[in-house]
Amino acid sequence: MRARAAVPFTFGAAGAPEMFDPLYATDGETFRVTRQMFEGLLDIKPGSAEVVPGLATEWTSNEDGTVWDFTLRDDVKFHDGTDFNAEAVCANFERMFDQNEAGQVAAEYWGYVMGGFANDPESSLYGGCEATDEFTAQVTITRATSGFPTMLTLSSLAMQSPTAMEKGDANGIAAEGEGFSFPEYAQNPVGTGPYTFGEYDEANATITLEAFDDYYGDAPESSELVFKVIPDESTRRQELEAGSIDGYDLPNPVDWQGLEDGGNQVEVRPAFNIFYLGLNPEANPVLKDLKVRQALYHALDREQIVQSQLPEGAEVATQFMPSTVSGYNSSLEPYPYDPEKAKSLLQEAGAEGMTLTFAFPTDVTRPYMPDPQKLYDALRTNLEDVGVKVEVVSASWNGGYLDNVTAGKYDAYLLGWTGDYNAAFNFIGTFFGNLKENDFGTEVMPWGEQLAQDLQAADAIVDDAERAAAFETINQQIMEEYLPGLPISHSPPALVVGPEVEGLIPSPLTAEEFSTVSVGGQ
Amino acid sequence: MIRFIVRRLIAMVGVVLVLSLLLFFWLRSLPGGPVSAILGERATASRRAALEAALGLDQPVYVQYLKFLERAAQGNFGVSTQVLPGTDALDIFWMRLPATLELSFFALVLATSLGIPLGYFAARRRGSVLDNTSIVMSLIGVAVPVFFTAFMLKYFFAVQWNLLPVSGRQDPGLDATRITGFFVLDGIMTREWDAAGNALLHLVLPSLALATIPFAVIFRITRASVLDVLDEDYVRTAEAKGLTARTIRGRHVLRNAMLPVTTIIGLQVGGLLAGAVLTETVFAFGGIGQALYEAFKDKDYAVLQVLIMAAAVIYVLVNLLVDISYAIIDPRVRTR
Repeated sequence: MRARAAVPFTFGAAGAPEMFDPLYATDGETFRVTRQMFEGLLDIKPGSAEVVPGLATEWTSNEDGTVWDFTLRDDVKFHDGTDFNAEAVCANFERMFDQNEAGQVAAEYWGYVMGGFANDPESSLYGGCEATDEFTAQVTITRATSGFPTMLTLSSLAMQSPTAMEKGDANGIAAEGEGFSFPEYAQNPVGTGPYTFGEYDEANATITLEAFDDYYGDAPESSELVFKVIPDESTRRQELEAGSIDGYDLPNPVDWQGLEDGGNQVEVRPAFNIFYLGLNPEANPVLKDLKVRQALYHALDREQIVQSQLPEGAEVATQFMPSTVSGYNSSLEPYPYDPEKAKSLLQEAGAEGMTLTFAFPTDVTRPYMPDPQKLYDALRTNLEDVGVKVEVVSASWNGGYLDNVTAGKYDAYLLGWTGDYNAAFNFIGTFFGNLKENDFGTEVMPWGEQLAQDLQAADAIVDDAERAAAFETINQQIMEEYLPGLPISHSPPALVVGPEVEGLIPSPLTAEEFSTVSVGGQ
Repeated sequence: MIRFIVRRLIAMVGVVLVLSLLLFFWLRSLPGGPVSAILGERATASRRAALEAALGLDQPVYVQYLKFLERAAQGNFGVSTQVLPGTDALDIFWMRLPATLELSFFALVLATSLGIPLGYFAARRRGSVLDNTSIVMSLIGVAVPVFFTAFMLKYFFAVQWNLLPVSGRQDPGLDATRITGFFVLDGIMTREWDAAGNALLHLVLPSLALATIPFAVIFRITRASVLDVLDEDYVRTAEAKGLTARTIRGRHVLRNAMLPVTTIIGLQVGGLLAGAVLTETVFAFGGIGQALYEAFKDKDYAVLQVLIMAAAVIYVLVNLLVDISYAIIDPRVRTR
């Protein structure tokens, strides 16, 4: 029995990690752990959504944005001693691309951003990788997109040791029963980051990471990171108050003041999300009329909702993306709260007294939607005030709500999105870029196809300024001509740490790196 | 006796089969499922379909059930999708079982070691302060929901007064050796006394919360049973024969009064598991109860199936043990 030598930074996690291979991870709790051990070619500047060099120091592309040369750091080693170089980069890309059937489903982020795998190269954005010299990797993509290379900041696409992956059969994932069984590597991951994997004590629900002595950058402030899994939020708060953990994520906004009064530090992140009221004209044809959609928007007192229901720092949304994303249109003004105008628009559309099946999720809180029912009640009251008959529907988040939204069973619903990386297409492209598959039923709208095409075209523009201008125009069209849904707000999610914690930089992408964090300056 | 045990074990297989069928179809009739839990906002119809196909959830439920039976016959009950993704559901059961057993054991020890003596003395001194105080305590134990007791205990003893840990089974800073998964026992076996002591401290509040209902029930049954036995003719006869009070209490009163108490203790094991779901969730204790809660919340089918079926098996086995102990305590049962 030995006591740990230094003071570790202990973080209360809301759930157990899926495993530790970021390629197959999909949830924030797993990424929070892997982010401390792995690094990508590109990084995010701490405290912002800005892309900065990571394991690659420079990157340039050809004119049409399809061939990218990444100049790599020459002083990096993986935790197992394997050299980090262009061959390792290409081995990583090829490994991610070459997935078996189960891997193609499990590697959800690769599928999402790259579109396909080795067995279907025509759908794939990734074209190939070549080590042109020891520290230059040339990655080819099949078409230009604004998402590349920004997507390389995603935790899922981080660089892993080719030696360890081969040894641990990293791609040996298999479907088993109703789940996936992961290969040995997923429990013994090897990256280049400031921390190495220590142990996962499943019986005591704790994960320990240890400082990597040969890290090329600044040595981490804490010699050890501990993640203690505490699924219940009130228990996480009590653990923090008792001093047995040093921090946890997403404290309920109603607790912020109480936590600060107790000497804790509530770190509010810049908002990088959107909360919206989704509309589905396929489910309710009355919603096909722009006047009806505008009427519903004018009926919502969003200023009041933001002030009374959302945490300090929340903002009324003017479009479907936050202001930090390139392509945000700053000339757009919020639709004013005007119940009289809403009533007259409904009258003009012949939709007075319309019925709306309006749903909200239960058993969930999201960074953009801390208390779905309270938000719903406020929005529903606004709609009823202008004569809309609301049929109240609710369902558990995992118990049918998301299924029903995807299946188009609700006329209106509450949902939102937190950005994966800083690209306009990651917001509005996700919502409206796929005509056949979106929750807004744009397929039945006369402009749906045009909008999807415009989004795809804007995404393919290579020049940054030109692309931003194109997205700004699309944002204006979406809000003024189409209004496929009603953006409500951007909410800043927070995380809280104890009085003794120093050096934490909150990230709008909820991608905090803990290597700068120490407890009590030790 | 052996025929009796074999008969009960065969019946148990039937119970588990019927339960697995009901459970399988019931879980899949509920709205939502693991696909929503895994995909979240990222769910589109095609991604949902791909994941359902990969997990075999696109097939008719009876086909899924037959495949499940086929795998189960080979000892493969499926892997977790959410509680500990990728881990065999049966392994999760074995991994989490020690926590629940440890907790239930301490709760049961607390409940019986307080409930039986208090019940006995309360009956012998009927109407006394001890009797009245114990009755009030047992009423509180039965009337107050376990989760409320758990929250109160945690709030005062852990959060306000900082006397005991808030949650978990052991402080993460300890480098404790794991052998059996029973943290206290592991600490004793390896002579890591601080690890054993730390695990014991983590057990105090959850086992107190979990013990409240069994304590109340055991106390009340013991008290009523002792009162009944004290009025029996054979006790009067024993007294008339001139046996010492000690012999009468030990051999005639307590032994006879223990029969219903033993049955109740057996039945309480099932209750303990139900209480453990709440207690383990409040104290993040990491046992079967907490896993059950998480699995239900996230629709982790394999884990739910294994844990519920295992709970049924445990319940049947414990009651079989109760029946056997009945036979040991009461010779008449043996001869029937």
